[in-house]
Amino acid sequence: MSFTFERGKLAAVPSGSVIPERDLDKTPILETRHLGIDFGGLHAVQDFNLTIGRTEIAGLIGPNGAGKTTVFNLLTKVYQPTRGTILLDGMDTAGKTTEQINRMGIARTFQNIRLFNNLSVEDNVKIGLHNQKSYSMLAGILRLPSYWKQEKAAHERALALLSIFEMQDMADVRAGSLPYGAQRRLEIVRALATSPSVLLLDEPAAGMNPSETAELMETIVTIRDIFQIAIVLIEHDMSLVMNICEGICVLNFGQVIAKGSPEEIQANPAVIEAYLGRKKEE
Amino acid sequence: MKMKKKIAWSDYMTYIGVTIAFVIVSFLKKGGALNRSQLGLLVPICAYITMAISLNLTVGILGELSLGHAGFMSIGAFSGIIAAMSLVNVIPYDGVRMAIAMVVGAVMAGIFGFFIGIPVLRLRGDYLAIVTLAFGEIIKEILTCLIVGVDAEGLHILINIDGSKTASDLNLLEGGKAIIKGAQGAVGTKTIASFTAGYILIMISLIIILNLIRSRSGRAIMAIRDNRIAAESVGIEITKYKMMAFVTSAAIAGAAGALYGLNYSSLAAAKFDFNTSILVLVFVVLGGLGNIWGSIVAATVLYILPEALRSFADYRMLMYAIVLIVVMLATNSSKAKDLLDKLKPAGKEEEQ
Repeated sequence: MSFTFERGKLAAVPSGSVIPERDLDKTPILETRHLGIDFGGLHAVQDFNLTIGRTEIAGLIGPNGAGKTTVFNLLTKVYQPTRGTILLDGMDTAGKTTEQINRMGIARTFQNIRLFNNLSVEDNVKIGLHNQKSYSMLAGILRLPSYWKQEKAAHERALALLSIFEMQDMADVRAGSLPYGAQRRLEIVRALATSPSVLLLDEPAAGMNPSETAELMETIVTIRDIFQIAIVLIEHDMSLVMNICEGICVLNFGQVIAKGSPEEIQANPAVIEAYLGRKKEE
Repeated sequence: MKMKKKIAWSDYMTYIGVTIAFVIVSFLKKGGALNRSQLGLLVPICAYITMAISLNLTVGILGELSLGHAGFMSIGAFSGIIAAMSLVNVIPYDGVRMAIAMVVGAVMAGIFGFFIGIPVLRLRGDYLAIVTLAFGEIIKEILTCLIVGVDAEGLHILINIDGSKTASDLNLLEGGKAIIKGAQGAVGTKTIASFTAGYILIMISLIIILNLIRSRSGRAIMAIRDNRIAAESVGIEITKYKMMAFVTSAAIAGAAGALYGLNYSSLAAAKFDFNTSILVLVFVVLGGLGNIWGSIVAATVLYILPEALRSFADYRMLMYAIVLIVVMLATNSSKAKDLLDKLKPAGKEEEQ
């Protein structure tokens, strides 16, 4: 089974049908200009410039403490940037809050998983669908027709989204009791449910074994193809990053030290130095 | 689909359980099996059950500790009494006046809930709890200063801050009468609260809260409880849904207060102090956070318990405390939990 994607609508179609061609030009969906944040005297991120194409898979890598998650927190306005601008589809996101950013089209997952642990898997996805449903509190309490109609649609859509990771059988399980890998996958599904144009994945493969990682790699590409969205991922697993990312940005001490294709990054002396240390002087 | 059916089933069981209890008690009442003091407990029990399920919305579903819930109850009680008493000559039917009183109580408590919620909901955790405690006390003190009377010209309201004024300062026309007399509270209230009104109030509150939990808004509220940062990241307006839960909770408490207030011919604001807030919180915690059915059972049992322990005379409150400790220990031990899970019908734990 595969999916076709219309904005806000995911319908199952028989496999073999045509997946729309990727737009390969780099019209940026997300652009940062001189983005920076200070914590006290510490320049956690400085002069961060990045352009993400509409259907690009981009990687953000760097040693521990380089500021990768801080960049995600800046993009989603968990932190307000000290300097610089973030443009989402050409629109300035200055002054927006985290939830407004989400409604503008950026969804994310978290390095330390943040699920709604006491709720079922399906409810977690339905919460992701929150802003796509519109019936009021009163309609919910009185169970007006709009409630039944939209809840039915939410149920179907939640199951369709869960089927991306073949998790539809777990819909009734309490999210907190899922195995670790499944929790990571559920976070991705929940983020996708908000119908984003940019998906930020913070260490999606953390804690996964090589075969799970390989599977995840395929799924990430599939998600991009079906939903036609941009994906930015932070990851320490180099096989994943080098295999699926079209562009990679390397951070160290809050600064970009290299940008380019996987091949360019692998050959970049600054990157090798950041990861492995300087070659001994001969 | 399985859990959906189970959830619906557990909701319906709650409605059916409450209805069966109501029918049985009504028959006992008709048959004369209840003595005077037992009959006197019926309406307060209904009011406290409603209080417990409304507080469960704030504490169990929204996950914010509120220690001032009795404040909303008192606002509901006093505005309900004023509404019912000033309409005595206009609407002769007790039931209609009772319904109006509960609606007025709910609306007033809801309005106060909104304005108190603006500063309170900016805080989190312990700080929020302490500020709600303070607001509960402020409401109590303000109501203690309130003097209200009604005559042919309408309502007369005095705020008696320095304690120098009395009901005679209202300058009521002939035929008018004072409804609330400052520290004495409401006096000469015509008691129109009935067990049936209490049952209807419980059912309406249950429908509101259980249906809310299963809806988009309720899920957003629970998402905030489980993980605020994640809830923000999926585009949920934290302030809006916190406020929604808080105001709904306050409004239901207001209706419960109206029911409670109209059950007594006199009622002082001092009744709704910190102890009452804590009492309701004990019902909620003991019944299980987020467990509506548990709140109903805990409120009923714990409200009857002090009465049932009268034979222990002086040791009554000691016994009450011991029972509380034993129940807490029992419900927290894993062995007792396993046993309970076996006894419970399948799917009941999903009620969380």
